[in-house]
Amino acid sequence: MLQLQQLAAGYGNIKALKNIDLTVPAGSIVSLIGANGAGKTTVMKVIMGLIKPESGQILFKGQKISGVATHKIVSLGLSLVPEGRSILSRMTVLENLEMGACQRKDNEVQADLHRIFQRFPILEERKAQLGGTLSGGQQQMLAIGRALMSRPELLLLDEPSMGLAPLIVADIFKVIQEINQEGTTVLLVEQNVRQALKIAKYAYVLETGRISLHGQAVDIAKDPRVMEAYLGGKK
Amino acid sequence: MFLQQMINGITLGSTYALIALGYTLIFGVLNIVNMAHGEIFMFGAFIGLILATTFNMSIFSALLGAMIAGAVLGYLMERLALRPLRRRKVSELAPLISTIGVSIFLESLALRLFGPQAQSFPSIYAAQLFEVGGLKISAVQIIILAISFGLMVALRFWLAKTRLGKSIRATAENIETANLLGVDTQKVIVLTVMLASALGGGAGVLVGLAFNAIEPTMGITMGFKGLAVLILGGLGNITGAMVGGLLLGIAEIFSVAYGVSSYRDAVAFGFIILLLFLRPQGIFGSKEQQGGR
Ligand SMILES: Nc1ncnc2c1ncn2[C@@H]1O[C@H](COP(=O)(O)OP(=O)(O)OP(=O)(O)O)[C@@H](O)[C@H]1O
Ligand SMILES: [Mg+2]
Repeated sequence: MLQLQQLAAGYGNIKALKNIDLTVPAGSIVSLIGANGAGKTTVMKVIMGLIKPESGQILFKGQKISGVATHKIVSLGLSLVPEGRSILSRMTVLENLEMGACQRKDNEVQADLHRIFQRFPILEERKAQLGGTLSGGQQQMLAIGRALMSRPELLLLDEPSMGLAPLIVADIFKVIQEINQEGTTVLLVEQNVRQALKIAKYAYVLETGRISLHGQAVDIAKDPRVMEAYLGGKK
Repeated sequence: MFLQQMINGITLGSTYALIALGYTLIFGVLNIVNMAHGEIFMFGAFIGLILATTFNMSIFSALLGAMIAGAVLGYLMERLALRPLRRRKVSELAPLISTIGVSIFLESLALRLFGPQAQSFPSIYAAQLFEVGGLKISAVQIIILAISFGLMVALRFWLAKTRLGKSIRATAENIETANLLGVDTQKVIVLTVMLASALGGGAGVLVGLAFNAIEPTMGITMGFKGLAVLILGGLGNITGAMVGGLLLGIAEIFSVAYGVSSYRDAVAFGFIILLLFLRPQGIFGSKEQQGGR
């Protein structure tokens, strides 16, 4: 569904990504793991067109999307839940969700809204509240719900578990799995490596802008280098 | 007496509020102060005047014409002076300087096109006076109040309820997030600048009606007042711009009414400085940094 080919990108003189190859097959969950500053967020931003690649290309369903404007990429069926959630804090919960559907012209928006409220009942309770008043976990639910409102075929999640209590993290991972089972392909960036490898089919390890390792998630989880660097050295 | 001055103050203040709304809208999505807004306002006044006198149009058609002219100027400014500076590694100050360039250009252009002398609207509207319970209110005042409050209410409603209005608010809060949600933020920025400039152009006609003097240099003073209201109300805050504009108008009228007319601007700005001492972030401003850039 998504292919990055020899992708390089950066910020001015900083080369954050060096010749990345990465494939996300339709229907799967793919995890991208790596330490702080490895370039994970940069991968997400390049895919969404927020940063222009210096070389290489990005294909979505066989179509080249590198160089396409961000809002058009969204309309093609990609959606990003950004790092730190980026809730519109001066707009209400309902308005945040509506903004997620801002390009849709079909008449199933209300039905989708209803579905999201079923999945996250707390959002319905708080729908008239400003986004900024929600707790971290609720904001993450809102960010995921909002991203789903555009009906993406491929959902990108950038560290959805960041800063959340363990119980809520478990919830979020469960929701990601459900979303995937309902047919949405997922590319997941995580520092919570254990969980990310558990729910993923494939995994990529990013180290200072390069893919150092990739393969089936179960194999990656057993790799001694990964165990040492990301899983605290033991099973 | 007090109530009479209050009405005069609110009338004047409502035009300031319209001007300040233009600053606020643009500040919201672009995080810059549009230094050319006063000149767009002045152009609106002249276009309205020409439509009303040379073309004998009604005041409402003249107003509409001035708003359209404002929107066109806004569009040109965005495409020619602001957009080329975006997405490029230039100083944060570059777009500000660019709008100063636009303001100088527009003022010189107005001097050439309209001449340096002050001109005025035909006085038919000012002559009609209505008396309600001892209060005098002129037809002009009624027109100004109705139009500026009408525009403000419509704008509020539009920003709160429509898809495009919400897109503007989302873009003003965080442009990258709005972009990721599928908002064509370039389009939103153009539209916002056009809308703000249309309000500015319309305010030009209203102020022209109120003061009966239109001249190419009027943009500067009015620009500073709008800017002061932007800061007074709290940067980027819509309600703040409305309330701040009304307050400034009332302060000005009262300083005239109670005998310090040659210092009206000094008193009004002194009042703003005082308020800012008490609330540095503006009346409705929040302490956090606004905008997403
Ligand atoms: N806006 C920016 N300007 C300059 N350099 C940046 C910018 N954003 C990121 N970088 C640099 O690019 C590299 C990759 O950053 P990136 O944010 O993609 O890492 P990350 O893997 O997402 O890290 P984290 O786990 O902390 O989120 C880092 O060295 C970082 O310092
Ligand atoms: Mg990151």
